[in-house]
Amino acid sequence: MSSRPRTLYEKIWDAHVVERRDDGTCLIFIDRHLVHEVTSPQAFEALRMAGRKLRRPELTLAVPDHNVPTTARVDEAGNRIPILDVESAQQLAALERNVEEFGVRYFGATAREQGIVHVVGPEQGFSLPGTTIVCGDSHTAAHGGVGALAFGIGTSEVEHVMATQTLLLQPSKTMEVRVEGDLTPGVTSKDLILHIIGVIGTAGGTGYVIEYRGRVFEDMSVEGRLTVCNMSIEGGARAGLVAADDKTFAYLKDRAFSPKGDEWDQAVAYWRTLQTDEGAVFDKTVVINAADVEPTVTWGTSPEDVVAIGGVVPAPESFADPSKQDAARKSLDYMGLVPGTRMEEVEVQNIFIGSCTNSRIEDLRAAAAVLKGRHTAPNIKWAIVVPGSGLVKEQAEAEGLDKVFTDAGLEWREPGCSACLGMNPDKVPAGERCASTSNRNFVGRQGPGARTHLVSPAMAAAAAVTGRLTDVRELVG
Amino acid sequence: MEPVRHIEGRAIPFGLKNVDTDLIIPARWLKTISREGLGRGAFEAVREDPDNVFDQPDFVGAPILVAGDNFGCGSSREHAAWALLDMGVKAVIAPSFSDIFSGNAFKNGILTVILPQEQVDRLLEVAATDPISVDLESQTVTTPFQDRFRFEIDPFRKHCLLEGLDEVGLTLARDAAIAGYEAKLGAEKPWLVHGTDLAA
Repeated sequence: MSSRPRTLYEKIWDAHVVERRDDGTCLIFIDRHLVHEVTSPQAFEALRMAGRKLRRPELTLAVPDHNVPTTARVDEAGNRIPILDVESAQQLAALERNVEEFGVRYFGATAREQGIVHVVGPEQGFSLPGTTIVCGDSHTAAHGGVGALAFGIGTSEVEHVMATQTLLLQPSKTMEVRVEGDLTPGVTSKDLILHIIGVIGTAGGTGYVIEYRGRVFEDMSVEGRLTVCNMSIEGGARAGLVAADDKTFAYLKDRAFSPKGDEWDQAVAYWRTLQTDEGAVFDKTVVINAADVEPTVTWGTSPEDVVAIGGVVPAPESFADPSKQDAARKSLDYMGLVPGTRMEEVEVQNIFIGSCTNSRIEDLRAAAAVLKGRHTAPNIKWAIVVPGSGLVKEQAEAEGLDKVFTDAGLEWREPGCSACLGMNPDKVPAGERCASTSNRNFVGRQGPGARTHLVSPAMAAAAAVTGRLTDVRELVG
Repeated sequence: MEPVRHIEGRAIPFGLKNVDTDLIIPARWLKTISREGLGRGAFEAVREDPDNVFDQPDFVGAPILVAGDNFGCGSSREHAAWALLDMGVKAVIAPSFSDIFSGNAFKNGILTVILPQEQVDRLLEVAATDPISVDLESQTVTTPFQDRFRFEIDPFRKHCLLEGLDEVGLTLARDAAIAGYEAKLGAEKPWLVHGTDLAA
């Protein structure tokens, strides 16, 4: 391998090249493959029709998350409660048949370890630094938070990985997002990534893998790094990375699939080499001043449509690009917002705390800290807290967080993707607003006609208390 | 896969920027376990408007879509490519595409053509009244008005599309190279494979 200084991305890439073609396309080995019920049935079916098997079933982990209702899954007698939606039930049944037939490890809907695939991977030690991780889901970028090169793939690629444990890829360009200084009190990893997406735009990272660098990320918890990397795709980047460090190692040690004994020490020794070298060159650098980041909310229907909570709904004419002006007009029409309205005056009727972006224990603690001793406002019609996995749920209950939520008038649910996307019974009614800790405010994402405002867990909790988008710093701190 | 060479016909002018895959096919259509029939759900939110472009008689079944910047951003759902195919779309022309969407399109034999915004604007104008022609061999988009725009495409993708190649089959033929890599991996990084051993 060359001795020129390399970025973290280049080191991981180089370590996974099986073959390099003359045109630069590489056959890349995939260390970990996560599978869920929505993007896998057609891949399994294609394997079956071609008489093919999984090359490395042990490097594959399947868990249902998108479709599963977040209400009780077993009745008092311990029997499984059937899923009422026929198509959802069929998709789950298909996954159960497929993992059985192809010999894939599976955490089923009633397993203690079940959860959102991107919460389960790191928490089980299945996702490790320096590995290549794929899943038929664009938020696979999340696993970059433990220093893995992780990205979403389509179903044809799912089939390709199942059959060959590789993907044919062109190397990405590299982007450094360097955050200078420290975040101010009350500003979280979610606010930071929303701010970053606002700066680079939803297409800004297309063709790039982002490495997040700077003291902010070193100081950030692993959960916070997972949140940041998760939303890299909302900036167009297929993957985001934060270099693994002692915090990462402490997070992963003794997890179910993490290396054990001497092999743990060997692994850590290798992981310590996975840093961008001094003098390595990025194709692009974006510098963000941490002090500029405020608690941040979205006003439109693209994750780049962000504004500080103290700001106002922008006028379409304020954008230089005519196509952006057109998009902003359509967004405001859909969102039912008038330019100049203060964001803090925007009333919400629904609160969703959950999703692969913000359903880890730290997120639930942050929301509970705001909600403790308070109650949802009278105009809040629906407020749910959905832990990211069964293990997160157990931990939260051990800490009494579930009680804080239910005392405050929120519902405490079973793990799953829930109201992040309109695939299961958790949906936001047409025309109503939701302060949501999820990752996408697209038209119809939370249900047809639903209006999404993306926020951090603490900000969602603050909105629950006041019934409108609210600067959480006014309630705590 | 069917080879892709020349695509000619009416082109749906839909120049909106940042069209995400949730807009192309909403999540409620993803509960299928098949690749077929998704055209019914394609652009569902847009088609609520009775005057929408997709349901105008001239554009029903049109083989080309002329789109805005960053087309196909968001979710990795390949259902977006399947929905377009089911509508009859075989080529999409835009100033840029999201990485995941363009890969998904390619793997389903949909040609994604990148042209500068001003050329896309010209095609949006032509598409309203006249057919457009896309030729992969010569890498050109032409109109009946003598417009002739050349586009770039990855040579490997071009080869696969022209020949209709099955990528999984191609890679399976590289078994020896993959096995060699796996042997090295097991020797150098045993910790990477031991933790997930199914027998353990």
